[in-house]
Amino acid sequence: MEENIKKYKRKLIFRKLKSFFIMNLSFISALIAIVPLAFIFYYTVSKGISHLNIDFFIAMPKPVGESGGGMANAIVGTLILVGLGGLIGLPIGIMAGIYLAEFGNNKFAFLLRFMTDVLSGVPSIVVGVVAYTLVVIPMKHFSALAGGVALAILMIPTVTRTTEEMIRLVPHSYREAGLGLGIPKWKTSFFIVLRTAWKGIATGILLALSRAAGETAPLLFTALGNRFWSTDIFQPIASLTVYIYDYARAPFEDWNQQAWTAALVLILFISLFSIAFRIITKSKYKTNQ
Amino acid sequence: MIEQDLISKVVSLEDYSQKKFDTIIKVENLFAYFGELKALDNISLSIPKNSVTAIIGPSGCGKSTFLRCLNKMHQEIGGTTEGKIYYNGIDIENIDPVILRRNIGMVFQKPNPFPTMSIINNVVAGLKYNGVRDKKLLNEIAEICLKKVGLWEEVKDNLNRSGASLSGGQQQRLCIARTLTVNPEVILMDEPTSALDPIATTKIEDLIYELKKDYTIIIVTHNMQQAARVSDYTAFFYMGRLIEFSDTKKIFTNPSNKQTEEYISGRFG
Amino acid sequence: MKELLVEKSYSSVYDKLKRNSLKQANNIRKINWGDFIYEKLTLFFAIIVFLLVVVMGYEMYVNSKLSIDKFGWKFLSEKTWDPVTEIYGALPSIVGTLVSSFLALLIAFPLSIGVAIYLSELAPSWLEKPLSFLVELLAGIPSIVYGLWGIFVLVPWLRTEVQPFLYEHLGFLPFFRGPMYGFSILAASLILSVMVLPIISSISRDIMRSVPSVQKEAALALGATKWEATKIVLANSKTGILGATMLGLGRAIGETMAVTMVIGNRPIISLSLFDPGYTMASIIANEFTEATSELYISALIELALILFIITIVINAAARFLVWSLERKWKKI
Repeated sequence: MEENIKKYKRKLIFRKLKSFFIMNLSFISALIAIVPLAFIFYYTVSKGISHLNIDFFIAMPKPVGESGGGMANAIVGTLILVGLGGLIGLPIGIMAGIYLAEFGNNKFAFLLRFMTDVLSGVPSIVVGVVAYTLVVIPMKHFSALAGGVALAILMIPTVTRTTEEMIRLVPHSYREAGLGLGIPKWKTSFFIVLRTAWKGIATGILLALSRAAGETAPLLFTALGNRFWSTDIFQPIASLTVYIYDYARAPFEDWNQQAWTAALVLILFISLFSIAFRIITKSKYKTNQ
Repeated sequence: MIEQDLISKVVSLEDYSQKKFDTIIKVENLFAYFGELKALDNISLSIPKNSVTAIIGPSGCGKSTFLRCLNKMHQEIGGTTEGKIYYNGIDIENIDPVILRRNIGMVFQKPNPFPTMSIINNVVAGLKYNGVRDKKLLNEIAEICLKKVGLWEEVKDNLNRSGASLSGGQQQRLCIARTLTVNPEVILMDEPTSALDPIATTKIEDLIYELKKDYTIIIVTHNMQQAARVSDYTAFFYMGRLIEFSDTKKIFTNPSNKQTEEYISGRFG
Repeated sequence: MKELLVEKSYSSVYDKLKRNSLKQANNIRKINWGDFIYEKLTLFFAIIVFLLVVVMGYEMYVNSKLSIDKFGWKFLSEKTWDPVTEIYGALPSIVGTLVSSFLALLIAFPLSIGVAIYLSELAPSWLEKPLSFLVELLAGIPSIVYGLWGIFVLVPWLRTEVQPFLYEHLGFLPFFRGPMYGFSILAASLILSVMVLPIISSISRDIMRSVPSVQKEAALALGATKWEATKIVLANSKTGILGATMLGLGRAIGETMAVTMVIGNRPIISLSLFDPGYTMASIIANEFTEATSELYISALIELALILFIITIVINAAARFLVWSLERKWKKI
């Protein structure tokens, strides 16, 4: 008996130790997981800050050998590309999301949900290839439009699913209140339910836009890149990300430095995007839910 | 045995009410279903005009479903109905639900002002989204309706604040005002005070008394005292059936059905 | 008051609202045009989204026809990728893709599960939120920034520290031999593991959280240790974690920029992780704009098509796993 209790106690201690050990291991892996984040932020900021000045935003790139210069064309280019992508992708994504939320109780909708999930997993480089075959081949040259189409395709699944989910989160009582007032169904859906869900949808849009701003692969052979100032959507256009790619691989110290600065600007730009959107979409009235 | 008893004791109001009244809504042999589930079983009754009719009964007896059949709200959540409902003599089958709901307004259990809209926009939403654009007119109507529900003095300085910033009782009165703006003839109230404290409840009850002059009100409640206080007529529902429909006074003092009596006296439900 | 409403010239408003409403019966419209248009319009856009996937596959098939006709199935088993002699085979890039992705999972999986366990079971709530946010932030960094960091920080570090260390201690294995450039399959795998970690861990965390806590609490009440209770949760979320891992795999296989920048870009098959390699995505990114002949472009598009099919299959399977689990929990 005594023996058994001892044995049991020893076993218990062992079990507790094992638990303690493994649980600490999970804590350590959480730490390890954020180390790269710290590293990446540290390097981007410390290496990028040296070239971060007003010139970077308003000057054009200088030829090889001359130091200084900026990426004004790339910043504007990224804005145009993201804008084009949003212009094409957002209406499609939002409308499809409304369909799924409002009329989505059939086989087609079920299949569509699956398709959007699958679409969201398609690599961005593949989307770039498709945009190339869809736009660049018929037009016979690279263009900002092709880049916009690629970004639009990348945005659509996120926007569609967020729109659906956010509309579904709106309590049924608001829809009933609208219908009970004799407001037609579509107006209730569009002006009351959608408006209530708008904050969440805007966050989804923001997510999609900022992801699009960070995309490189789908732009490589659609928007291509441009050393010069261009805002023509039918011509190749520069973008921050493609600049980073080119400058990072170039054998010039100065260009490498500028690549870091561009990366820093990109990250700032993406965060700024998110803050701006939050301010814009911050509705005057808080949801009481 | 009991079932038989229930059906045979369905009593029509005309037998008991000495007063003559105009019927505004007439229900004939109404059945309502959720898919396979039967929620209402052969309901027939007539609702008198310009009066308050209370519908009482234990939870799940179909009283809310009945209310929702009257303005075709039941079909919005996927339910189906059989039987006839006449509104001013017209079969509601033949009335566009949108038009019908402008004539038969509804107030819900939980106050549900639109969270993204200001107080003023909440009140006029029904008009605004039905194509009334004249700002001045909208404001005038809003003022009249807010005064009617006794909310004007409380909110007139904060009309642009969110509707959700009001207290529960104020929100419910806001919802009633919102219903009034489209000038309905009938107002359906689905347990309008169940989410409110006693003081707010009293205010709503007073309001119902006021509104009776101009509107026909049908109120679902599980609070029998409330039914006794505010209503002229009371219908008792049990398990999807109408057990008794009569003068409120009569139902609460001298019910003709045993089940009604047991429910009223609190022996079940 | 009601009279007032009607009196004061509001009657026109209400007449309009209830126009011909009750004067005549049978005023119900056969079709409510507003609702009808709303439904059909949104359906139209929904169909566009639906067709997108179909169109993508079709476009790539048509535009890679040249290469498909010329090489047939041999495209998949051919080891040479040579634009000069115009012989294109996908094998090196397929192998490179699979090796780098699986290696990335090998590194990221245990870490991700650790993170998921910590976030869902252990972390105090004040720490859980910021930590989750940081992990999600990791997922939000553009891949080009990972690539930049890879070129200038990771690759030099591998070259000067890690590779010599591995060579010294594990050099007897065929995996850690050869010249140490830094640009290598190893570099690609490491960077991919950082990129897939947030995906696997955040989905796994959500799934572990959705496991009904009854069993866990019962186990704890019976005197199980925390780890033993967590094991029950893990056992219950196996399928979901598998799904999450497959989603991570899909991401790793399709990842382009970061990999292209550190993998060294050479179409060879080698046992050594120190050697440079190629992935399907990086071949396309690297050579598409330089491709001059039609066959060359066609072969690259065929690679994209293969990548498309692989990722669709993986994603479909993963979603299916996650979905089926979600539905299972919903029933309980």
